Amino acid sequence: MRPFVYERATSADEALRLHEDGAFYLGGGTNLVDLMRLGVEEPARLVDVSRLPNGEIELRPDGSLLIGAAVSNSDLAADRTVRESHPMLAQAVLAGASGQIRNLATVGGNLLQRTRCSYFQDADKPCNKRNPGSGCPAREGEHHNLAILGHSEACVATHPSDMAVALAALDATVHVQGRDGERTTPLRELHRLPGNEPQRDTVLDPGDLITAVEVPPLDIPSRYRKVRERASFAFALVSIAAALDVEGGTVRDVRIALGGVAHKPWRALRAEEALRGAPAIGEEFQRAAEAELDLAEPLRDNAYKVPLARNLIVRTLTELGEQS
Amino acid sequence: MTDRLESREKVTGAARYAYEYPLENPAYAAAVQSTIAKGEIAEVHADAALRIPGVLAVLSCENAPHLHDAGDAELALFQSRTVAYRGQFVAAVVAETLDIAREAARHVRVDYVSEPFDVRLSADDPRLYKPDKVNPVFPADTEQGDPEEAFTNSAVRVDATYTTPAEHNNPMEPHTTAAQWNDDGTLTLYDSTQGSSPTQETIAQVFGLDRTHVRVIAPHVGGGFGSKGTPRPNVVLAAMAAGAVGRPVKFAVPRQQMFATTGYRTPTIQRFRLGADADGTLNAIVHEVFEQSSTVTEFAEQTATPTRVVYRAANRRTAHRLARLDVPTPSWMRAPGETPGMFAQESAMDELAFAAGVDPVELRIRNDTDTEPESGLPFSSRNLVACLREGADRFGWEHRDPAPGVRWEGRKLVGMGVAASTYPAYMRPNKATARAEEDGTFTVRIAAADIGTGARTALTLIAAEALKADADRVTVEIGDSALPQATVAGGSAGTASWGTAVVRACESLRGKMNGSVPPGGLEASADTAAELEGRDAYARHAFGAQFSEVEVDADTGEVRVRRMLGVFAAGRIINPKTARSQFIGGMTMGIGMALMEESVMDPRFGDYVNRDLAQYHVPACADVRDIDAAWVEEADPHLNPMGSKGIGEIGIVGAAASVANAVHHATGVRVRDLPITPARLLPLL
Amino acid sequence: MDSEVTPVHTEITLVVNGTEHRLRVDTRASLLDTLREDLGLTGSKKGCDHGQCGACTVLLDGRRANACLALAVAHDGAEVVTVEGLARDGRLSPLQEAFIEQDGFQCGYCTPGQLCSATAVLDEADRGWPSAVTGDLSADPVLDDDEIRERMSGNLCRCGAYMGIVRAVREAARKTETEEARA
Repeated sequence: MRPFVYERATSADEALRLHEDGAFYLGGGTNLVDLMRLGVEEPARLVDVSRLPNGEIELRPDGSLLIGAAVSNSDLAADRTVRESHPMLAQAVLAGASGQIRNLATVGGNLLQRTRCSYFQDADKPCNKRNPGSGCPAREGEHHNLAILGHSEACVATHPSDMAVALAALDATVHVQGRDGERTTPLRELHRLPGNEPQRDTVLDPGDLITAVEVPPLDIPSRYRKVRERASFAFALVSIAAALDVEGGTVRDVRIALGGVAHKPWRALRAEEALRGAPAIGEEFQRAAEAELDLAEPLRDNAYKVPLARNLIVRTLTELGEQS
Repeated sequence: MTDRLESREKVTGAARYAYEYPLENPAYAAAVQSTIAKGEIAEVHADAALRIPGVLAVLSCENAPHLHDAGDAELALFQSRTVAYRGQFVAAVVAETLDIAREAARHVRVDYVSEPFDVRLSADDPRLYKPDKVNPVFPADTEQGDPEEAFTNSAVRVDATYTTPAEHNNPMEPHTTAAQWNDDGTLTLYDSTQGSSPTQETIAQVFGLDRTHVRVIAPHVGGGFGSKGTPRPNVVLAAMAAGAVGRPVKFAVPRQQMFATTGYRTPTIQRFRLGADADGTLNAIVHEVFEQSSTVTEFAEQTATPTRVVYRAANRRTAHRLARLDVPTPSWMRAPGETPGMFAQESAMDELAFAAGVDPVELRIRNDTDTEPESGLPFSSRNLVACLREGADRFGWEHRDPAPGVRWEGRKLVGMGVAASTYPAYMRPNKATARAEEDGTFTVRIAAADIGTGARTALTLIAAEALKADADRVTVEIGDSALPQATVAGGSAGTASWGTAVVRACESLRGKMNGSVPPGGLEASADTAAELEGRDAYARHAFGAQFSEVEVDADTGEVRVRRMLGVFAAGRIINPKTARSQFIGGMTMGIGMALMEESVMDPRFGDYVNRDLAQYHVPACADVRDIDAAWVEEADPHLNPMGSKGIGEIGIVGAAASVANAVHHATGVRVRDLPITPARLLPLL
Repeated sequence: MDSEVTPVHTEITLVVNGTEHRLRVDTRASLLDTLREDLGLTGSKKGCDHGQCGACTVLLDGRRANACLALAVAHDGAEVVTVEGLARDGRLSPLQEAFIEQDGFQCGYCTPGQLCSATAVLDEADRGWPSAVTGDLSADPVLDDDEIRERMSGNLCRCGAYMGIVRAVREAARKTETEEARA
């Protein structure tokens, strides 16, 4: 790990002031410290933002949530309000990592964690995300758990967050403080597809600081389901965050986001579109899932993710339909 | 039911492992790994690293001291410019702190002349050859009768190819050494090893020292599962580094680096053929194995050897073919040979049961044998049938409907599988001393190892019994090469081998005591070398029957083991409490083998790419719902004074096949390539 | 000297098992290495150094955390409890006793992390924290075996002592409950 200067910021303004070229914001460190120890990230300066005064969860009168970026994953998932109002979000957070990691990890950091692609994590190998222009060995290499949707010649990585998948389904927005002031960005637009610039995970500019995540109210049945290679403490092969509102046998509203399939949480808009107003029956769920997965371009060793994602959509919507 | 004697130390954090001894002014080492798979080191640029404040030395082929050949080329650290596999240690940095050492290692630049390489194991590789022997001393090939003819003429035939991937031991404690050269020229090693005496002997040879000038201290070892059975390059690296800087040096191999440098189980490709009569009685068994070693050393896993032991058949052939590839060097991993070999055999037996319409438990009973099939020797004891019957009874096998793929619970398919297991009952010569004090206490000394097996506890019980004394009056000292010379904790031979020496020393002491202990105490010693020379000819093996019940999510291909039971016949069980944990631990690792463990080789780079515990999955707590172990009483007078067989490895042997067979019963899908992940299973559902 | 490679040091305070320590640490130093190398508290183990095994689990300001992922400098002023601090006046905690009773370990290397983690699991359950297997998120979870298994899954044990670990946590939870009821 390269030596670095450590600064602890007490306000967002101070954090931005302390942030200079070569600096990284430090949240819980559960991914950043890991990557620094691997030599993948080499910040000269860390600005610790884990103690900024944004460690609260606020339930607003309209039923929306404002979640401070420094809130720990554990506190988010344990929060009674969140558990009642947005169970899918609590489930997604609890599906991630381990109890001890969730205690350290923060909401802001969770969104900005990086891919767990083997090649990205090995500083001795080429990787366009780590070293632009060096190539993507994953495309023809070990990629059984990488992207089937939205990938590019340059990168087939996936985004590893569970929480972000739920937030994508929930139409959350991200509050960002940048050098030009505060702004909000829809979470669905925070993460990018890799294109020719896989080194850029998000649309954020240098120095931008996520200060909060705003989650609109959700009053329809929702759930998060994660498929992985062991029963716990593993990244998703495919995960789904879904919500379904059925009235008189017809789909009134539906949200579907998939994890483990793309460089960003994948909001299944095509499937949603196909379902709105359709009968809430298995055949329609199946048709909608296939409409979405028509976009899939599986790699040599991850074609299984296509039926896996399809089955997850059908199964989860079926279960939500029974609940609705 | 005796608690582990070191329990209190282990639950309070007081038990010291290799990295944790207080040393005077220690320095820290970090290693540099090769980034090519084959070639020559042209130049090592150490300047940038040496300029970093706190860096004490950089070692490589350009400045390393000369080492002696100890019969393991993996230990010839920095002795040549040749790179034999990607990830090989090519340089080391020694520094004041670990953070400095690790950072400086990134600043060591190595120039290479790279050569073409090949790391792909395939059954049709022209470079495959028949090794002179497979581990440890078995013939590579055996043949009885006319297996081809008998197979062709059999009424029921199974001909299938099974593969198992490379698997890494991944003990929780990384391979770790703290080395200190003393003023008198002797070397002290605090080492994470399965054998302080063998490590002492090997490292003494490497550094050209008298054996007694090296002391290896290892009272607590954080698991090994075979990978710490012989010293790995980390031991040499630490000792060399300590010599270079004139200070104690600590080196723990980072988890990522373990995947290239501390051994793994070879991947296997196994063609298995069974020919049987219509009722399932076997006529022909043919087991052909393809596996790999590195170009550094020949490590020939004895994969087909259990096929020579378990079932009766007049016609049989077993064969091993090895390819020396540009891969990291494979090594011992829990029940080497038996584990991958029995996955193939017991999967094939399940296929035969299905093909012949015979119950899988009954099929195994039907093909039981009184004598070891190839040698014709009688078994010293063999209770496979008793294990199968007892296990079937306990597991509720009688309620099993043989039809595959029909038991739905919601969207889950449920099924049960069985597999036999076996492991040899080895014995090795050992020395021990036993000492009596006037106050009625005893001390028994032997350089045995407790890597989590419960050996310290078992040996204490054995000694107490031999001394006819209460166990709380007996202290057993182990884990130090300064104690009487002992063999490795491996081959499930530890307790049997060490225990015999302990019993003999205690018997000798009792003979001398003649009822009283003189002032100053009494001591006796034993060496079991001669005793082991003159043993009667018997086939000595433990056996077991393993049962699994799985649920398979039909939408996702996720497999979860609901229940697992192993019933074993392993001679006398010395300490039921720790023995049960050994069996269950083996079965837990078997769940890993069945469902998740796989080291993925990238043929373009030549290394295992999923080289950490987030990518190489071992079972987590949530994967283990209900595993139980039981044993049948087995009195075997032909083993050793305790009447014990080994128990550390047999638990994994049949585990993976029992899971795979249960998956077949649940789904109707036969997965012949481990592990059974959603990626493999879902497309077949 | 090149600033890119020169270590940066800073002073911090840690309260470990009730004792305050003033330390000068490299900003890169993990809490784990600081405990093990600077304070000689080697009970906390290093299994992977990347938060993937849980052997380094300690209680950091009352919550379980991977000490390998925590930079010491980022936890200036923190209160840390390690495995060495679980016993009180030489008396083992109910969990430590239960781990021995149920043989919840073999090699012992993951054990300190398991114990710190389990200590926190009991506390988290007391506070009504849910887990990934909690069916009804709106209710207080009941710490049954499925819950224990899920909550303990951040602590890998390669010896495969999970059966004993789950029994030990279950027994300790029961014992603690009984004691609380009495009090």
